[in-house]
Amino acid sequence: MQKGYFGKFGGMFVPELLMPPLLEIEEAMNTIVPSEAFQAEFHSILEDYVGRPSALYRCPNLSKKLGFDLWLKREDLNHTGAHKINNAIGQGLLCRHMGKSVLLAETGAGMHGVATATAAAMLNLECVVYMGATDVVRQSHNVRRMNLLGATVVPIDSGTQTLKDAINAALRRWIADQRTTHYCFGTAAGPHPFPTLVREFQSVISREAKAQMLKKAGRLPDYVVACVGGGSNAIGAFNEFIPHEEVKLIGVEAAGTGEPGCHHSAPLNLGTAGVLHGAMSMLLQTPEGQIEPSHSIAPGLDYPGVGPEHAGLQDCGRAHYGTINDTQAYNAFHTLCRSEGIIPALESSHAVAWVLENAASIPKGSQVLVCLSGRGDKDLGIIEEYEKNKKI
Amino acid sequence: MSILTDRIRAANAAGRKAVIPYLPAGFPDRERFWDELTALDAAGADIIEIGVPFSDPVADGPVVEQASLECLEKGACLSWILTELARRKGDFKAGLVLMGYYNPFLQYGLERLGRDCAAAGVSGLIIPDLPLEEAQPATAALTGTGVDVICLVGLNTPVERLKLYAEKARGFVYFVSVLGTTGVRESLPEEVLAKLDEVRPLFNVPLALGFGIARPEQVSPFGDRIDAVVIGSALIKHIREGKGAGSFMEDWRPAGK
Ligand SMILES: Cc1ncc(COP(=O)(O)O)c(C=O)c1O
Repeated sequence: MQKGYFGKFGGMFVPELLMPPLLEIEEAMNTIVPSEAFQAEFHSILEDYVGRPSALYRCPNLSKKLGFDLWLKREDLNHTGAHKINNAIGQGLLCRHMGKSVLLAETGAGMHGVATATAAAMLNLECVVYMGATDVVRQSHNVRRMNLLGATVVPIDSGTQTLKDAINAALRRWIADQRTTHYCFGTAAGPHPFPTLVREFQSVISREAKAQMLKKAGRLPDYVVACVGGGSNAIGAFNEFIPHEEVKLIGVEAAGTGEPGCHHSAPLNLGTAGVLHGAMSMLLQTPEGQIEPSHSIAPGLDYPGVGPEHAGLQDCGRAHYGTINDTQAYNAFHTLCRSEGIIPALESSHAVAWVLENAASIPKGSQVLVCLSGRGDKDLGIIEEYEKNKKI
Repeated sequence: MSILTDRIRAANAAGRKAVIPYLPAGFPDRERFWDELTALDAAGADIIEIGVPFSDPVADGPVVEQASLECLEKGACLSWILTELARRKGDFKAGLVLMGYYNPFLQYGLERLGRDCAAAGVSGLIIPDLPLEEAQPATAALTGTGVDVICLVGLNTPVERLKLYAEKARGFVYFVSVLGTTGVRESLPEEVLAKLDEVRPLFNVPLALGFGIARPEQVSPFGDRIDAVVIGSALIKHIREGKGAGSFMEDWRPAGK
């Protein structure tokens, strides 16, 4: 298979000026990352600083109601409140090993920005975060967190002023500053080697979950369910289970309002193949190949593309991708709050919602593992706004 | 030989650098675009680079990005450009090149693109997000159509990669003068001179220098190391100031030269 491809998806569709730094990261990924010294450092930080292994929790109340065991992989309990920190620490360490002093990141919801700012502060690196101007307003709480952590947040006014434009701007900045700067890409998308590198650092989720399931349930799960924005928590949750054909892998995309003609964030279900941000993948685009705006109640899912490995897993039939709309995610958010005392991120609520909405077709006695990618404190403003608009 | 190589060599034979202005299709609006294109041609542009607008132009600075988004809103798309060019085929002395990101070309269909470019008198494509590793499908689809894929290299392209590009280079090679995006710079980096000495002998096709260039004085230090100059953002600014493309060319091709 061609380098950096997952079936027909992936690749390195970037300006030639970005090829040398990408190849440098590829080289570091293949030599530094597997080294014993790197792995030891990475895992000791994950343990002592991030708080890993994260708990695997069987929801007693929902399991009883649903008739099957619902397990949550608690990435929300990580330091900074989401899975994003696993990748930020990994890439932060790699940045240092490559002799660079600045971590550059894009962020939508602000979770990857906060994670990168945190890793940078802890590893004595400078941090610059690009964020769409719309998101700076929507997620102002996270902007304040990044500032406290010493990061420079750069609002981006161009295009749709959201995540995709922040990525464009970050790529431009990286072209100019590549000698000092590592681009800490926040999800398992973008040009090779990012999808593979991010998977490498996020796979800790499924490595732990597999061992925890074997210990606590005595067997592998029947389903692994995760929300898909760019696809990093999902690929991290899937990776160790991919060789186990009997484990069903379910990615959940955001269907937006779910009304006909409305924007959504479900390129695997409703998009077509094309090239954006350095990779061939599934995309929301016009027939002429212009990128269309996306929408989701969950800012971290609000992206018109998706990581190429998910497009590949869908294409070969190994994983399946469903959709959940804003209302379903909102309902699941409340269900988890009330039933289990856990406030989930709206992104993660999409994964929980898929299980609740599809409960009738899941056999009784099944073991269902959901990646709870983050906590919901960041979303209280959105929930309040949503209730005001819907007059709930 | 490629028409593009021809045009540049002809300018060089006349003792000057070939001039390659860049204009986004549909700028400043869909009608006036054709007037400006005609003016550039009449004022002696050797090759004209027509920008195909894209929603997410990662290799461009704010001036080209803004112009490109405006053009999209005005409905400039690849099929409009190619249809209108086909109607005007033969009207332009200059060689014509499309500069655009890969996705719109891909969605148009690469085979169809080759056919329609040939029918529209387009001799080359500059695709800034299509490096060596990914160019094969496009070059394969365009083989035999007379449409060349122009390669881009820069200050950080190592010699091994330069050699791989040189093997496949057609038309001309585009040397990006800054480690950055399009947009006018006060001065070009000093390393350009040394890098050009390394790049130049490796290529059989002429070399065009682009990105950051606004005035002829900026390129005079490069002497014979370059064969052509690409100017984009400076032209867009000039037109935004209410001046015509023809008067922009006076700086680059003084009357009689
Ligand atoms: C909590 C949480 N979950 C999921 C996502 C979606 O990203 P990915 O698909 O890369 O896991 C985000 C993105 O910001 C997030 O903050």
